[in-house]
Amino acid sequence: MPNLTHLDRLEAESLHILREVAAECEKPVMLYSIGKDSAVMLHLALKAFYPARPPFPLLHVDTGWKFREMIAFRDRKVKELGLELLVHTNEDGVKEGVGPFTHGSAYHTDVMKTAALKQALDKYGFDAAFGGARRDEEKSRAKERVISFRSAGHRWDPKRQRPEIWNLYNTRMHKGESLRAFPISNWTELDIWQYIRREGIELVPLYMAAPRPVVAWNDSLIMLDDDRVPAEIAAKAEVRSVRFRTLGCYPLTGAVESAADTLDDVIQEILLTTTSERQGRTIDKDQTASMEKKKQEGYF
Amino acid sequence: MRLNDDLIASDIGAYLEAHENKSLLRFITCGSVDDGKSTLIGRLLYDSKMIFEDQLTALENDSKKVGTQGDSIDFALLVDGLAAEREQGITIDVAYRFFATEKRKFIVADTPGHEQYTRNMATGASTADAAILMIDARKGVLTQTRRHSFIASLLGIRHLVLAVNKMDLVGFNQDIFDDIVADYLAFAEGLPGKVIIQPIPLSALAGTNMTERSPETPWYDGPSLIEYLETVEIANEQVSRPFRMPVQWVSRPNLDFRGFAGQVSSGAIRAGDRVRSLPSGRETTVTRIVTASGDLAEAVAGQSITLTFADEIDTSRGDMITSADQPAEVSDQFQVHLLWMSEQPLLPGRRYILKSGAKTVTATVNAPKHGIDVNTLAETSARTAELNQIVVTTLSLDQPIPFDPYKDNRETGGFILIDRQSNDTVALGLIDFALRRASNIHWQALDISREALAEQKGQRAAVLWFTGLSGSGKSTIANALQKRLFACGRHTFILDGDNVRHGLNRDLGFTDADRVENIRRVANVARLMSDAGLITLVSFISPFRAERQLARNLMPDGEFIEIHVDTPIEVAESRDVKGLYKKARAGEIRNFTGIDSPYEPPGNPEIRISTADRTAEDVAEEIFVYLETNGFLSIWEGPASGI
Repeated sequence: MPNLTHLDRLEAESLHILREVAAECEKPVMLYSIGKDSAVMLHLALKAFYPARPPFPLLHVDTGWKFREMIAFRDRKVKELGLELLVHTNEDGVKEGVGPFTHGSAYHTDVMKTAALKQALDKYGFDAAFGGARRDEEKSRAKERVISFRSAGHRWDPKRQRPEIWNLYNTRMHKGESLRAFPISNWTELDIWQYIRREGIELVPLYMAAPRPVVAWNDSLIMLDDDRVPAEIAAKAEVRSVRFRTLGCYPLTGAVESAADTLDDVIQEILLTTTSERQGRTIDKDQTASMEKKKQEGYF
Repeated sequence: MRLNDDLIASDIGAYLEAHENKSLLRFITCGSVDDGKSTLIGRLLYDSKMIFEDQLTALENDSKKVGTQGDSIDFALLVDGLAAEREQGITIDVAYRFFATEKRKFIVADTPGHEQYTRNMATGASTADAAILMIDARKGVLTQTRRHSFIASLLGIRHLVLAVNKMDLVGFNQDIFDDIVADYLAFAEGLPGKVIIQPIPLSALAGTNMTERSPETPWYDGPSLIEYLETVEIANEQVSRPFRMPVQWVSRPNLDFRGFAGQVSSGAIRAGDRVRSLPSGRETTVTRIVTASGDLAEAVAGQSITLTFADEIDTSRGDMITSADQPAEVSDQFQVHLLWMSEQPLLPGRRYILKSGAKTVTATVNAPKHGIDVNTLAETSARTAELNQIVVTTLSLDQPIPFDPYKDNRETGGFILIDRQSNDTVALGLIDFALRRASNIHWQALDISREALAEQKGQRAAVLWFTGLSGSGKSTIANALQKRLFACGRHTFILDGDNVRHGLNRDLGFTDADRVENIRRVANVARLMSDAGLITLVSFISPFRAERQLARNLMPDGEFIEIHVDTPIEVAESRDVKGLYKKARAGEIRNFTGIDSPYEPPGNPEIRISTADRTAEDVAEEIFVYLETNGFLSIWEGPASGI
């Protein structure tokens, strides 16, 4: 008799959530950020509907500041799998010239990510969006539901969130309302890495250490990915062996110095390090804005 | 997250292989902040090294600033955000925490302990394999201990840790511990489910008996808390039950493949097994267990799989695949336990959406038989169910569903109720048993049919349901119509709202719940009268759409004629024949329809009447013509073709 391991049970729960939302919602979409959590979520979606393809498209909210390697990886992956990919960029933000160097990380994230996501969901009329958030990422996420309900205008109202009993999810909505579904809510960072290893899930190479041009900026080590880094900052760049713990917009995602260039080495380093995952992200530190507030505004 | 630093450093590959094969335990912690629950969870996270250095630094700083432990670390700060949340008015909720040891990964549902959070505790308990029940050694078994035990046991948790905490404050005294345990075991006899209890003397703060047995309690020879959590056997309970799998998704990627996807609720399945699809009852054989990692020879409870069958049986989302020789029951009427989770109380007689497995149906919930006092386990009288109340009641569905009693199977005996208007989840429910009214209370076979009774009167039976505001003219029109029908020899009767309230419904007031019950009774009386062959005229404000629908559902198709007497409120109020509007405006009558209680107009009534500038006789004539045209005033000749 097969004995289910913790990864088996997490996987089965995620598949259940993916199928349930796909069955009950009219027009779901999967948010695809190209990072490791997205990679796991996509892998789970492929499994949930096998041998059919997932019955929803992927949506990438492109801030215009993603690492070039991420975009190349995204396009290749989608083509290989034969999936539909929608890419949305906030054109108002582009016209305004919004960017992390000129406008700060908070405003950049707000316009190019939060507002852009709302635009895209409204534009296509999606009533459900799968996201790769996990409860262990941050204290305020410990209470987030698997199915997180958004009123019209994408507001997260703590009082209207529904209790989740057994595995019975209530996805009923009025017109104009929508929900976010988090199939990997109960996974920890270590679970994600172990699953990537067990399943052989391909990741953007940026997760592995390699010599890259980096420069210290705003308390983190940012990589020169193109010529948009202001010259006075770029001038101080030097090549170091670095990898990334999380992948966002390249000026907002700090690299860590590392020699770990294989998956096992990366996991080893993560297990032996002593700083938590989100520390590499400028967004959490910027202002004193809590995730709670970001969530109310529609950030994932 | 440094679990075993040596092995991680020396052989990461070996370490990861070992850790891929951990099992998972989900448990709930019950107790209030004073019992040391947050300290306990904080310490579990800390001892299993799930705290990173940056978090630890923050914790040390906070401990000095706002902690209660002097310069020592206050573990409670790791998990306590509750006070701040209470100030912000955010719903206090279930928080999920994660940690791992060398043997297992753990998911902890952390819920607050006070009575007003019963629904949160039940939510956490619904997915838990085990519960840690916190008791303060100085206080012993309290009311809240009993409440937590009852909810945990009701929700089917079989493994309970009686964590007698703060033993350091009673000098690690064995007698105190033994007394508390004896006290508790006596109480536990009366719990609704079978539970296996492990008492452990603890000090979460000092770390006594947390990871290993401590010298302070030489008289205790049981496991430490972590040892217990690492070894408590939970895996095979659900697997040993008969096979069940609700169909979530029918997979049809091409014409050659038709698979049924779902998560196995209980039991095991192999290719070649005979299965039954419920509620249809059709049987077939499993040909393949399909997963993306290749076909499986066998799948067990907990796994998400896709099955293919030897025969093309008609199965869709919401159906349940069960073993052929031990199928689930199928019924549409149940006795259930409900835990009410909404600020809006239960309205007996109203229809709610019920979700069980992957099946969604409509349920009419009847008035509770009794409530249960969660503190004393005593039965209480209950006419409705309010937030956090547990009641025992019956309900009926618009179609039968497959199920097992909750005590036999947690996965197939639970359901949620959803409000049809707000879409909120308003209750969780546990199926006790099917009422089997169909087999227990037989319909008395009647030799004279309802059609024959109507035919004798030269007519077809019907219910004419007049709805509209008070003073809209419903009763006046009904009277005029009755006179007109009587004059041509038809047999009729009027059920009038005011008159019925003097007799049959004299015990009902005007709250929402009573209005629903009022309509339920009248609708059933109307049905009986139409069975007697009468043309029944019902003149009731009946403000709620859901209740009028209920009345319609009681009648055979085509025999319910909804007549909306659509008089604007200004007109009705200006007539004010009974002087009621005046009283309502003055605040002397509460819950008056149109003033401080809503009227939901019919979306698609058979007849809509605007009364402006028309006499009652004129309107009655219009309805009379409708009845004549639609064959109600001639003898029934069987269903017209095309119906």
